[in-house]
Amino acid sequence: MSKKQKKTLIRIITAAVVFAAGIAMGFVFPESEDVTSPLIYVRTGALLAAYLIAGFDVLLKAVHNIMHGQVFDENFLMMIASIGAVVIGEYSEGAAVMIFYQTGELFQSVAVGKSRKSISDMMDINPEFANVERNGETIEVEPDEVSVGETVVIKPGERVPLDGEVIFGASGLNTAALTGESAPRGVTVGDEVISGCVNTDGLLKIRVTKPYSDSTVAKILELVENSSESKAKTENFITRFARVYTPIVVIAAVLLAVLPSVIIGLSKGDWQWGTWVYRALTFLVVSCPCALVISVPLSYFGGIGGASRHGIMIKGANYLEQLNKAKTFVFDKTGTLTTGSFAVTEKHAEGISDNELLSYCAAAEQISNHPIARSIVAAAKLAGDIPKAENARETAGCGVEAVVDGREIAVGNARLMAKAGARVDETEKAGTVVYCAVDGEYCGYVLVADEIKENSKAALSGLKALGAEKTVMLTGDRSVTADAVANSIGLDEVRSQLLPDGKVTALEEIYAAKPAKSTLVYVGDGMNDAPSLARADVGIAMGGLGSDAAIEAADIVLMNDDIANLPLAVRTARKTHRIVMQNIVFALGVKVAVLALAAFGIGNMWLAVFADVGVSVIAILNAMRCMRISQKNLT
Amino acid sequence: MKKTFKLTDLDCANCAAKMEDAIKKIDGVENASVSFMTQKMTIEADDARFDDVVKEAVRVCKKVEPDCEIVLK
Repeated sequence: MSKKQKKTLIRIITAAVVFAAGIAMGFVFPESEDVTSPLIYVRTGALLAAYLIAGFDVLLKAVHNIMHGQVFDENFLMMIASIGAVVIGEYSEGAAVMIFYQTGELFQSVAVGKSRKSISDMMDINPEFANVERNGETIEVEPDEVSVGETVVIKPGERVPLDGEVIFGASGLNTAALTGESAPRGVTVGDEVISGCVNTDGLLKIRVTKPYSDSTVAKILELVENSSESKAKTENFITRFARVYTPIVVIAAVLLAVLPSVIIGLSKGDWQWGTWVYRALTFLVVSCPCALVISVPLSYFGGIGGASRHGIMIKGANYLEQLNKAKTFVFDKTGTLTTGSFAVTEKHAEGISDNELLSYCAAAEQISNHPIARSIVAAAKLAGDIPKAENARETAGCGVEAVVDGREIAVGNARLMAKAGARVDETEKAGTVVYCAVDGEYCGYVLVADEIKENSKAALSGLKALGAEKTVMLTGDRSVTADAVANSIGLDEVRSQLLPDGKVTALEEIYAAKPAKSTLVYVGDGMNDAPSLARADVGIAMGGLGSDAAIEAADIVLMNDDIANLPLAVRTARKTHRIVMQNIVFALGVKVAVLALAAFGIGNMWLAVFADVGVSVIAILNAMRCMRISQKNLT
Repeated sequence: MKKTFKLTDLDCANCAAKMEDAIKKIDGVENASVSFMTQKMTIEADDARFDDVVKEAVRVCKKVEPDCEIVLK
């Protein structure tokens, strides 16, 4: 509890004690309720004192606000209601209402404070210090005082303060705060480390490669801090709603106090001012819009916080709201649905064994740095040793020729095969076909393709289950390859052989065809698809770690590069939206019900106070549920 | 220029919204945002008039919510 909250608590307790004393007097000395008894002054005095102790700041604030032209707010409502109660002689009601109101406000303030703290703790990745080596000594400085090229020592348990390269030691880094991934990432000399991770077991020394202001942690913190600036429409609506709501309620209360009394008074000659004024006051107490005004932003904040725990960075509540309405999902292929790294997916040998084919290919390809060549070498290493190649020569765009075990090997495309004098059965397969000839004799091919991410299929079916109506893949790749990927993971539509600028045009077409009132999500890897990320209602970039471009261009960043987090993000959006709606309906429902009850004289001011603060507290607790999203139950 | 300030004792979300409105109306302010959740205020305004704008912002905030302090660094 903050100082201010503690003070309020002491005041409430004091007021409650004085109030209890006043009430007790009524039981012990029944005559103190009698107008003729002098004891009534003591009793009334006690109740009035309790009222003022509990509520003087509310009264002051109401007066202050009125003087500054801010008439209708909750302080005003409480002032009118409680003073009204005192004026019509209901001292105990007035004091009780004020005590309850303050208790509720205090509870609310503590609950909000706690939630705010737990959310910001969760998002706290800020390194507090850096142990920098200067003149042979290790000194502790602020991370932003370290310059590029300096050496920083990171002990186990400490947070990596700046981005850099490991120059000494090996350790596991816990990236959970950034990616939600709990398995530590092993790093050793030469590896890059990212600020914000926590060093788990070994001592590391790193050479700083980026100043603090450009480091990953600074970028992410900026993103998180700015996230509450982009407000959701619902949030803005609630604020506007509160602005018109309060005056309307006050006017209604005035009418309720005056009209019935006058009508009944005139027709029956029986003036019941007290009853109707009391009902109108009850009406006022219940009408505070606090529950909505606090719980709606808190829900969004909680949703953003909860998502960040899974490595999903959301730049603002408005994107969460947009994502909730998403029905069309457009994907980039390479790096998003596929890993962007190549792998051998098929071996077709003729006359020799599959393994021989692979090892011949790998032996020749060893000299090449082409990603396709590297993937063949990697696959062969898994299968066994790779024989030595002699006299290897690479023909750019064709392939490699070499001598392996005394045999002339040619590995490459059909053109190279023709040159080697081998007759090839050309195949039309998805991916890149690498043919192989031994001593001028065709002996099969290896198919290399971009690997589909393990989770792509599950992610797409997850989206379908969450109501995605259309999933589209955009790619510059050949249509055979693209169709094969699309079929294996279950996409609805493919646009292949797109030139780089064709992606945005294709996106526009899909945009025009999307269902009304729904939104379009574009998922890319943040490399050269910034225009598409910006054009979509929600641009989601994969793999924010180390990619500033992705962090900047996207509205939502999946930090850990795991596409399975996409349905999770959508679920977060759905859940947050659901909770916001629940709170709006619940709060308004209870208020309308109690308003109606108050207007007909059922229920009293106590009920009204409970309806006001009780609803707020329940709405806050409900809003806190937004923080909890589990990976479980993902269909 | 865009600058963020910390707020203390900002107790009600409604006041935050009112403060935001009031700051936005200050001459020279391009954009402003008061976040009840992070207890932070961001002001975007002309470089030349920035200090005056901030002073004015402090003044209007006091009017809306006397308890709330803006931490000026």
